[in-house]
Amino acid sequence: MSLYTAEQHALIDAQSIKARRAKKWNTFLHMVGNHSLLIALSAIFILPLYLVIVISLMSKGQAETRSLWPTPFVWHNYVEVFTAVPFLKWTLNTLFVSIMGTIGTVVSSVPPAYVLSRLQWKGRQTTFIIILSTMMLPGQVTMIPVYIIFSRLHWIPSFLPLIVPSFFASAFSIFLLRQFFTSIPDEISDAARIDGCSEFKLMMRIIVPLAKPAISAIALFAFLGSWNDFFGPLLYIVENQDLWTLGIGLNAFQGEHHVDTNMMMTASALFMAPVIVIFFFSQKVFIEGVTLTGVKG
Amino acid sequence: MSQTRVNASAPFKKKGALAPPRKSLKVPRLFIFLCLSPWLFGIIFFTAYPMVTSFYQSFTKFNLIDSPEWVGLENFNRMFFEDDDFWISLKNTIWISAVSIPLRICFAIFTAWVLTKPKRGKNLYRTIFFLPSMVPAVAGTMVFTYIFNPAYGPINKILEKIGIDEPPFWFLDPKWSKWGLILLGLWGIGDTMIIFLAGLLDVPKSLYEAAELEGATGWQSFRYITLPLMTPVIFFSTVTGVIGSFQYFTQAFVAAGQVNDYSHSMYFYATHIYHSAFKAYEMGYASALAWFLLVITLLCTLVILKTQKRWVHYPNGSLFK
Repeated sequence: MSLYTAEQHALIDAQSIKARRAKKWNTFLHMVGNHSLLIALSAIFILPLYLVIVISLMSKGQAETRSLWPTPFVWHNYVEVFTAVPFLKWTLNTLFVSIMGTIGTVVSSVPPAYVLSRLQWKGRQTTFIIILSTMMLPGQVTMIPVYIIFSRLHWIPSFLPLIVPSFFASAFSIFLLRQFFTSIPDEISDAARIDGCSEFKLMMRIIVPLAKPAISAIALFAFLGSWNDFFGPLLYIVENQDLWTLGIGLNAFQGEHHVDTNMMMTASALFMAPVIVIFFFSQKVFIEGVTLTGVKG
Repeated sequence: MSQTRVNASAPFKKKGALAPPRKSLKVPRLFIFLCLSPWLFGIIFFTAYPMVTSFYQSFTKFNLIDSPEWVGLENFNRMFFEDDDFWISLKNTIWISAVSIPLRICFAIFTAWVLTKPKRGKNLYRTIFFLPSMVPAVAGTMVFTYIFNPAYGPINKILEKIGIDEPPFWFLDPKWSKWGLILLGLWGIGDTMIIFLAGLLDVPKSLYEAAELEGATGWQSFRYITLPLMTPVIFFSTVTGVIGSFQYFTQAFVAAGQVNDYSHSMYFYATHIYHSAFKAYEMGYASALAWFLLVITLLCTLVILKTQKRWVHYPNGSLFK
């Protein structure tokens, strides 16, 4: 707004007060217009979330009457859901898989990203291109033989097929970390090396602490990726109800036992809640991660 | 390699000699190998080996228990000429890509563009727009199939209140079920929107100011400044959109399960692979389906890449030289 030329300044000075007032009025109208549009859009985005919460607080009868407001509020739903469905078990299972998956991803993705960004070696570029191209590979192509490997190992049904692969690095995480590591000045490493610091120590003591934002980003993406995953659990743990995660439980339970809609909405609300809480606390990390790589998880 | 360390006693002849010779520090080969080993193991056992095996298995009949039996091109013959479900799933998948990819891009540009307008409250609006994309797919789909239910879901009640007399039956109507899925996808536009938002914020303000001085209208500056500069992002999300839509599974699978989709209106390509492999245990046939998916995805990506020159403008190209 401030880059006016000298000619323009003259022009503005020449304008009458009336014209200026009209302009002010105009920008005010613009602002009102913009905000009404934004508020309308926000309402649309919020609506489904609002509906889950209100329906989750309705009685069983009211939940099927297209109501938009609970009368009365049945807070008890949030207690009952733990007995109506094995909600606690599903949550603990999901939490376990997600935490192990996150640890695996972080531990196995930092070292490859480090050597791909902080060291010069023959074949580095080729390796990086291979990693990028595996990101584009549709999972369906490898899915069946991988399933067969796990079934030969007698790992189905168990959590192992969901956890073990994350210990073999994820292309997406390597990519994100590499982008970040590259931005750390080389002089830091050179100084440490001249002081006789070993490469491993340099990675763990200097680069990793500096890359905390990027590491927390990949940890977050990995955690949410497992938390929200449906396909993996569908292949590997569906057969044993004791291993069900929230996604599988929520989807399959209703088919086998009848569950009331208000309970399903209560369970859905509880399933979403941790993700939404995590998002509120880590928005910045999240949005930067998406912007840096162009994809989510 | 032949570079020698600077001898402290020798007088410096060249200025450049002061810089520490980086190459004299040994490349720690063992360290590099160890660091890469988890990834190497992963790529061999979870990518390379499975790809080769699945290619071989696509020419076999294989039920997981008996060893694979070579049948030549039989699987592909069955796919194209005998399997109606294959064609249904392919048609559904092409339909949803053709409708949802452009719609998603337009909606992402629109929401991102609206977000650049206000001076206050930007972060709050951005949070609200982004939030739904975080919701677990299963939970989001369960909620959508319920709230769009014509008998007891509140959405149709709201639509009736605002004057739409006969709202569609959404997921219960084969003609409308895919639109339900598309709305579900648009609701979770957040991550795509963020990429577009970053792109929009990168456009130099001076260009808009110049255009305003020349008397360009809002639409003109959008059409001739914003849009060309956004083409790399549009290009990127088209490619990822095509790759993603052939793998579109969770939402369709959950929604179809919720409403008993007998007409197969939400039966997509990935669902067909899943059913062939893990319901019918026809691993050979499913591998053939998966390889066909890979070929189609590659072809589509190549076609988009080829057209790139015609419509994608990179900032270092024509606009600022």
